[in-house]
Amino acid sequence: MSAKILIVAEHDGKKLNVSTAKCVTAARSLAGAEITVAVLAADCAAVAAQAAQLAGVGKVVTVDNPANEHALAAVYAPQVVALAAPYTHLFGPSTTFGKDLMPRVAGLLGAPQISDIMALESPTRFKRPIFAGNAILTVESSPEAKLVGTIRAASFEAAGTGGTAPIEKANVSVELPKHTRWISVSAAKSDRPDLQTAARVISGGRALGSADGFKILYSLADKIGAAVGASRAAVDAGYAPNEMQVGQTGKIIAPELYMAVGISGAIQHLTGIKDARTIVAINKDGEAPIFEVADFGLVGDLFQVIPEIERLLAKG
Amino acid sequence: MKRILVGIKRVVDYNVRIRVKPDNTGVITDGVKMSVNPFDEIALEEALRIKERGGAEEVVVATVGPADTQAQLRTALAMGADRALHVQADGIIEPLTAARTLLKLVEKEQPFLVILGKQAIDDDNGQTGQVLAALWNRPQATYASKIELTDTTARVTREVDAGLETIEVDLPAVITTDLRLNEPRYVKLPDIMKAKKKPLETLQLAALGIEPRQQLKLARFEPPPQRQKGIRVKDAAELVEALKKKGLL
Ligand SMILES: Cc1cc2nc3c(=O)[nH]c(=O)nc-3n(C[C@H](O)[C@H](O)[C@H](O)COP(=O)(O)OP(=O)(O)OC[C@H]3O[C@@H](n4cnc5c(N)ncnc54)[C@H](O)[C@@H]3O)c2cc1C
Ligand SMILES: Nc1ncnc2c1ncn2[C@@H]1O[C@H](COP(=O)(O)O)[C@@H](O)[C@H]1O
Repeated sequence: MSAKILIVAEHDGKKLNVSTAKCVTAARSLAGAEITVAVLAADCAAVAAQAAQLAGVGKVVTVDNPANEHALAAVYAPQVVALAAPYTHLFGPSTTFGKDLMPRVAGLLGAPQISDIMALESPTRFKRPIFAGNAILTVESSPEAKLVGTIRAASFEAAGTGGTAPIEKANVSVELPKHTRWISVSAAKSDRPDLQTAARVISGGRALGSADGFKILYSLADKIGAAVGASRAAVDAGYAPNEMQVGQTGKIIAPELYMAVGISGAIQHLTGIKDARTIVAINKDGEAPIFEVADFGLVGDLFQVIPEIERLLAKG
Repeated sequence: MKRILVGIKRVVDYNVRIRVKPDNTGVITDGVKMSVNPFDEIALEEALRIKERGGAEEVVVATVGPADTQAQLRTALAMGADRALHVQADGIIEPLTAARTLLKLVEKEQPFLVILGKQAIDDDNGQTGQVLAALWNRPQATYASKIELTDTTARVTREVDAGLETIEVDLPAVITTDLRLNEPRYVKLPDIMKAKKKPLETLQLAALGIEPRQQLKLARFEPPPQRQKGIRVKDAAELVEALKKKGLL
């Protein structure tokens, strides 16, 4: 069976999200797969052009509709279903966009979904983490049924560019629900790199003590071009906004360097950083579980260690 | 009657460090502490608060699973739910089957709101709420961190990757909970006693017209790859040195 894969693009209306390029890489691990990217937007042109350049993409299909300005799952899902017929697999990224949308697509199709795919061993055999990453499950689907899946972005590199896939307008005439309305989004603006794609991430935990306490992390992060993350305890305490949370119920990331500062290392946190290349732990408790996964561990008071690291770097 | 339906799934307690069976056929659950899925506790707490504010008249909890799951329904009743529905089902319940079954309960109970967890912390599927909303042809508001109700709508703040998104949905609707929606109350001993007298109805899957179809085969369970043991550095200088040597700083 050769796979015909439809990937639903994630974007903000102008830019394609890197999660889509990661889905393309995942799809390419199935030899001979035909890969199509679907772009749904109010005006697809800019995003479709970017998708067409991704290496490995065979075709881009676009659905322009003013109703697609914001990615509402209830509005997108019937349109994705309208595109679904020729495909064996429908994939979206395991981001809040894809995790919201794809199960609704699966529900409309009555199709099974495999969430958080971390490896594709064949068109019907996949690996995914369960129990917050404490077990890896191999799942087999049936070749007869369409399969819906979300792709765990941290497990795949982004596909490169250089492709020149044709862009086709799709004819989708389905009735779209009016029961769901987009109101607003509030995002903390920051000039720091995006947490999900940054090569370096410094995260702070409850030990930072306050929003002010986080400033020493921002300062170091800016020096080394890092993104800043947080444990759930730090977010819950109001020291950091929720989009900074790393872990099972926050963001799953795979930076080159991850520094956990004043974070104990609960399994729910570790789930989010399993794929980090190098983990550094700074904690005053030498017994903290974070040290079990750290490549470099430093037992000490973060309020001394972090400014000290910054001073050492300033010296060059 | 203005009713809220809350989904309850029995899962391995979140504090348990789970282990894979030596023969790779599953994870060890014998003698392991089981609990209400933490996101479902949050769902129930929210439903109870809505009722306490006068926004609903009855909170019904429902589970699809084996006889053991009644223990978690009793916990939910002790927390304050008015009634419980137990749909008896053995074996693996895929999200599509869970959602189809919950839809039957929705048709029976006619809730104006269904609140589920955003994910069950055992299978980490994160599908059932969205699948139910699709089958029911009603709105979904996932990852809720705030819910404001009127008679006909819910305004829901959602935790999304970009920050906080607000959407408005017509009722009835399915909402799934994120962690920051609320902090669930503790169950007090007298409530556990009282809960024993609250109604708990058992239903059969077949009687609801549901055939539990398993579409996916769980072929093999493995422990995750272990990270290599790291080293301790004595101070900031040694750390910076080590990271520079690896080209990380
Ligand atoms: C369903 C569920 C989902 C969850 N999802 C997530 C998730 O996605 N992400 C997440 O992070 N958590 C998550 N959690 C919470 C998780 O279980 C932990 O409670 C949380 O990660 C703890 O955060 P922390 O390490 O910052 O705090 P703590 O556990 O309190 O640790 C603070 C650490 O700081 C150290 N410390 C204190 N002072 C200093 C100092 N001056 N210098 C250096 N070190 C110091 C202490 O030794 C300690 O190790 C979840 C929990 C549940 C139940
Ligand atoms: N068997 C079940 N019985 C009742 N509710 C369930 C069941 N399975 C899933 N749910 C609900 O759906 C949510 C998401 O589950 P899942 O899709 O398995 O991650 C859970 O938090 C529950 O609220």
